[in-house]
Amino acid sequence: MDKQKEVLMKVNHLKKYFEIKKGFIRSKIDYVKAVDDISFDIYKGETLGLVGESGCGKSTTGRTIIRLYKPTSGEIIYDGVDLSHKNEKEILPYRKKIQMIFQDPYASLNSRMTIGDIIGEPMDIHNIATGKERLEIIHNLLSKVGLSSGHAIRYPHEFSGGQRQRIGIARALAVNPEFIICDEPISALDVSIQAQVVNMLSDLQKELGLTYLFIAHDLSMVRHISDRVGVMYLGKIVEIGKCDDVYNHPSHPYTKALLSAIPIPEPIVMKEKKRIILEGDVPSPMNPPSGCRFRTRCRYATKKCIEIEPKMREVEKGHFSACHLL
Amino acid sequence: MLWTQDYVSRGDFVENKNILEVKNLRTSFFTHVGEVKAIRGVGFHLKEGEAIGIVGESGSGKSVTSMSIMKLIQDPGKIVDGEIIFKEKDLVEFTQKEMQKIRGNEIAMIFQDPMTSLNPVFTIGNQIIEVIRKHKKMSKKEARKKAIEMLTLVGIPSPDKRVDQYPHEFSGGMRQRAMIAMALSCEPSLLIADEPTTALDVTIQAQILELMKNLKNEINTSIILITHDLGVVADVCSRIIVMYGGLIMEEATSEEIFYNPKHPYTKGLLKSIPKIDLGESQRLIPIEGTPPDLLNPPKGCPFAARCSDSMRICKEKQPPYFYTNEEHRAMCWLLHEDAPKTDTKAKGGIAIG
Repeated sequence: MDKQKEVLMKVNHLKKYFEIKKGFIRSKIDYVKAVDDISFDIYKGETLGLVGESGCGKSTTGRTIIRLYKPTSGEIIYDGVDLSHKNEKEILPYRKKIQMIFQDPYASLNSRMTIGDIIGEPMDIHNIATGKERLEIIHNLLSKVGLSSGHAIRYPHEFSGGQRQRIGIARALAVNPEFIICDEPISALDVSIQAQVVNMLSDLQKELGLTYLFIAHDLSMVRHISDRVGVMYLGKIVEIGKCDDVYNHPSHPYTKALLSAIPIPEPIVMKEKKRIILEGDVPSPMNPPSGCRFRTRCRYATKKCIEIEPKMREVEKGHFSACHLL
Repeated sequence: MLWTQDYVSRGDFVENKNILEVKNLRTSFFTHVGEVKAIRGVGFHLKEGEAIGIVGESGSGKSVTSMSIMKLIQDPGKIVDGEIIFKEKDLVEFTQKEMQKIRGNEIAMIFQDPMTSLNPVFTIGNQIIEVIRKHKKMSKKEARKKAIEMLTLVGIPSPDKRVDQYPHEFSGGMRQRAMIAMALSCEPSLLIADEPTTALDVTIQAQILELMKNLKNEINTSIILITHDLGVVADVCSRIIVMYGGLIMEEATSEEIFYNPKHPYTKGLLKSIPKIDLGESQRLIPIEGTPPDLLNPPKGCPFAARCSDSMRICKEKQPPYFYTNEEHRAMCWLLHEDAPKTDTKAKGGIAIG
């Protein structure tokens, strides 16, 4: 990845708060700080993994940068253009460049549409092709994801989970995107099927020069597919860097605990492995702890951690971490 | 290499008493399109204080096995054949009323989804007290004390306050702990955990697994852990059963399963998961194809259609179990002495070190 680091997307101080109305007249407003001031770059042709526990804001990040949500503040710069304040009409051409693959292959396909129409719909919206040409593209896409052209006239219920996820991928590819956000694309699939889909994603990346943002909670799969990885906790990125750096020498206590919690399918390794068991649960994102957000579960937490929020600092080249103890 | 034709597990090799012995269990669902044979002859045993793992993909029959042991199979499902010997009594013969004395008392179960398996309109305490009072002669006060004790045991902070709270006030990990507290409140001799950590995050999963390991050591409960995550069973279980297409494909100690797998399906599973400790990422080797349709189960080995080493006999005749040692058996024709040696693919698994 060192050849030419061309930034495809730059996210600056992105925030996404969800409003909560309370009380009888539903007026008192509280906020869930799902994503709270995060910044990162995604380089052309790379895969950036985003990991964290449920509720840490990784999916919200994905959905905000594709503008399914309007960001509360911050910038999303794609190829030099800020997408954060564009309206629906202005964003349309970018929707063609940025596509998304969703988690649940059962819920993300319209059960009343044929596979051909599902894959063809984005082409209709973006006026890419009609008639014979459209059909040809659909058949090409189906063969690209390992299905046959005969499948185009069938309905989603006739397919298994892995096949449906392939259809979701074909739909995302229909508009020739440059950048695909994969939001937990494999977590609903069986182990033996996961590998099929992951291999297909990396083949497509090589073939079409795609850039991925790969959101998942399966840490070993993220390591497998990503070039760089970002670790999120309570709406913040606590550590980001090259996969090997982060996995081999994690610097943030949260990353260390998270990595030590992965069950490895090797009994001998597991017996010798010392686990860092985190006490308690993730605090509510409605009123996150002051200072460092991880301090309530961190065993190294000091007074400084309560008072001052740690800033991202470079621990080694291209490897950033937000902790006072470094 | 010795091999036997029967499905009966070889409990007679061990001194430690078997608490559970399942013999030739068959469970089917009689749907309007035909009989779905979810389990097609499963046999295994469980010793006192032992933890075994059942792994398999969705549809392999692992959950139906556990539901059959609890006799929670509902219409149109039915246990067609087989025996479930629990403490020298056959549970298949039991009526639902007799089963109610066993369930929750002697055999307890933890379900996958703690959000849906707790009743939202009763407090956590009430739900635990209900279980205790149902099975044990205890006053309300004593039962409440016991409930608080159980919540302390599973590591819920300030249990005397938490006992009066409702499930929605608990987080996912705490609900699963409450479920475990409830399951253990009558000191069952067998605990069946059906995907207990699948809905939880890794850090919470680590907490729950640690808790289960401690409980096994402290109160000597036997555990059947059902999961699709090979890492989870490697951590907790001493013996592992791999299921596929309603049959046990391979059974062995966890070391044998992970370092010396014999069945192509087990090898395939191990090869299709990424290895976290390897520096550079190698390409994953997926198992091509999809699991068999149990409405019309294949005549031969259920894995034959996806197996890269399958022979003609695999499609025609269901293989018997071949034993490579006393505790390691696999249902695969490749282990027959006349079978060709497939040394290139036989490596599989994960190399030690």
